[in-house]
Amino acid sequence: MSRAAAPHAPSWSAWRLLAGLLLASGLALALGVAVGSTGFALDWSGTDPMQAQILWQIRLPRSAGAWLAGALLGLAGAITQGLFRNPLADPYLLGSAAGARLGVALSLAVLGGTPMGMQWLERLGLTGAAFLGTLAGVSLALTMAKGVEHTLRLLLAGVVVGVVLGAVTDLITLAQPDILRTMQAFVLGTTSFLGWPSIVLMGGVLLLSLAVALGASEALDALTLGEATAESLGVRLGLVRALLIIAFALATGTAVAQTGMIAFVGLVAPHLVRNLCHGSHRQLLLLSACAGGLLLLAADILSRWLMAPQELPVGVITAILGGGYLLRLMHKRKYGGRA
Amino acid sequence: MKPRFVSSLVAASLLALMLGPVHAQAQAQSSAKVEIKDDLGHTTQWSRPPQRIVTLLPSLTETVCALGACERLVGVDRYSNFPEAVNKLPKLGGLDDTQVETIVSLRPDVVLLAPSSRVTDRLRSLGLTVVTLEAKSYADVQRVLDKIGALLQVRDAQAVWRRIEALVGAAAQSIPPQARGALVYYEVDRSPYAAGPVSFMGETMARLGVKNIITPEMGPFPKISPEYVVRAAPQLIMIGKRNADGLFQRPGWDRIPAIREQRVCVFDAQQSDVLARPGPRMGEAAQIMAQCLREQSSSSKKAR
Repeated sequence: MSRAAAPHAPSWSAWRLLAGLLLASGLALALGVAVGSTGFALDWSGTDPMQAQILWQIRLPRSAGAWLAGALLGLAGAITQGLFRNPLADPYLLGSAAGARLGVALSLAVLGGTPMGMQWLERLGLTGAAFLGTLAGVSLALTMAKGVEHTLRLLLAGVVVGVVLGAVTDLITLAQPDILRTMQAFVLGTTSFLGWPSIVLMGGVLLLSLAVALGASEALDALTLGEATAESLGVRLGLVRALLIIAFALATGTAVAQTGMIAFVGLVAPHLVRNLCHGSHRQLLLLSACAGGLLLLAADILSRWLMAPQELPVGVITAILGGGYLLRLMHKRKYGGRA
Repeated sequence: MKPRFVSSLVAASLLALMLGPVHAQAQAQSSAKVEIKDDLGHTTQWSRPPQRIVTLLPSLTETVCALGACERLVGVDRYSNFPEAVNKLPKLGGLDDTQVETIVSLRPDVVLLAPSSRVTDRLRSLGLTVVTLEAKSYADVQRVLDKIGALLQVRDAQAVWRRIEALVGAAAQSIPPQARGALVYYEVDRSPYAAGPVSFMGETMARLGVKNIITPEMGPFPKISPEYVVRAAPQLIMIGKRNADGLFQRPGWDRIPAIREQRVCVFDAQQSDVLARPGPRMGEAAQIMAQCLREQSSSSKKAR
């Protein structure tokens, strides 16, 4: 749906919304640095070395990392929804989530199974295994679909690859039941252990995939009119799809590797944006990334604040927060549908 | 022909019904009638101990075997792997995928399972006798031993309990004075979840004389914020091998004395099994923890 649609709905101007989201993100970041295991306590003086370390090595990278991971997921969600012209598409499509789970399960099974472990696998760690698993899952789906020519075939291949890889993962956990708890921790997702290296990595990938996605945004706009029309408008569909899927796989793989499979951010962020403002894909992609970031950062802050010093699983809060807000928006106005 | 066949069947089953109680009475004379009230308040009556037993929880399997009834087990859940003998038995799935059909075909006299199991009602409706038991603390383990001991009509079920107490006591004795009172963080999984002092693991830690960084009001297995651990500054970390990946690289954790001085006990899969089961091997669990405390205190002495 383009900006011509739903003229009656009051909508924000895209740039004002972007400014608002960035401002809110900045405020949330400041709040994120203030909220910790002792509840709300801001101490910038930095005289206590432990306090300084907690601020600079734990809270700040964690808050910034939550924003970046959310932005990656929001961007990946906007890319898939635009590419497949399907409002239910999310970053865990195309075998990415199942691939990541399989990667983690395999590395856990092999690491625990052999006493020496495999040296390279040990160095790879769960993070690397999840990232490679994501890329492998998406590549497998692409191979099954024989390339990117047919959207529907690609979507279907992704679903099938997801189911098959999921079954293999289940078989591994059945054979090695003691990896179950660790697997569960990964599937629920956590922002607890994001450090500066993760920030640099996620920031770099976000810039890269955002650049690719924005470059292809006009093709996505054309795609809303249908594949035939888009092609007649001069869009090189094959190339655009391939580029977007690479950007999508990189963004999802990085986010999943760093934080596990946090639910719902990628699905709901583009919807939130579309409900607040009707813009082109260029704006939608940018705004979805910001909305995803803000959503996950807000959820992260709540998750460590509500029951401090205990934490709630962050995925639970993204679902409640994002889902609740989306429901309210849908209730308030007639929901237009998809972009 | 057919009706006569049916009526003879009916007669035969009637005869069986009449004989059944007589047979049971004969048994009842030799042994007292027992009433077992399980953890969901369901009462079952036993005139003789069950001969065919299915257990659907590793700690229950271990309890039945510790009470000397291992050979009466006819099936166990997927996660039961101790003692070695139970690995030859049919594995009947886990909490969410229990194989009801196989259980029925094994014709057990009793199925022992956890209250959280979803198949309790299904098994009862199929005419099986189900006893739900769960242990979350030392007191629970003792109670479950009592119940299963009564069910199996074992003379001295508390002997198993006394063995646990003796092993835990010996483990506590073996801890060198400089390791006593150490501040310990036990990570259950990498989310991170910790073992609190009210969990059975925490009880073992308390009995060994070490301090838990978790406070009792946080519950048995709280999900905690990593900066809580940094603030608490534990001198020793206990963790399973599965979760230890990247432990030393966690942001900000290089401040924690345990990480700085590399005082971390990493338990392998077998040890983790022992540590994670509230059952007859809690004594062995205490010894594993004690060994960790001894090794870490001697290595830190060398470092000094």
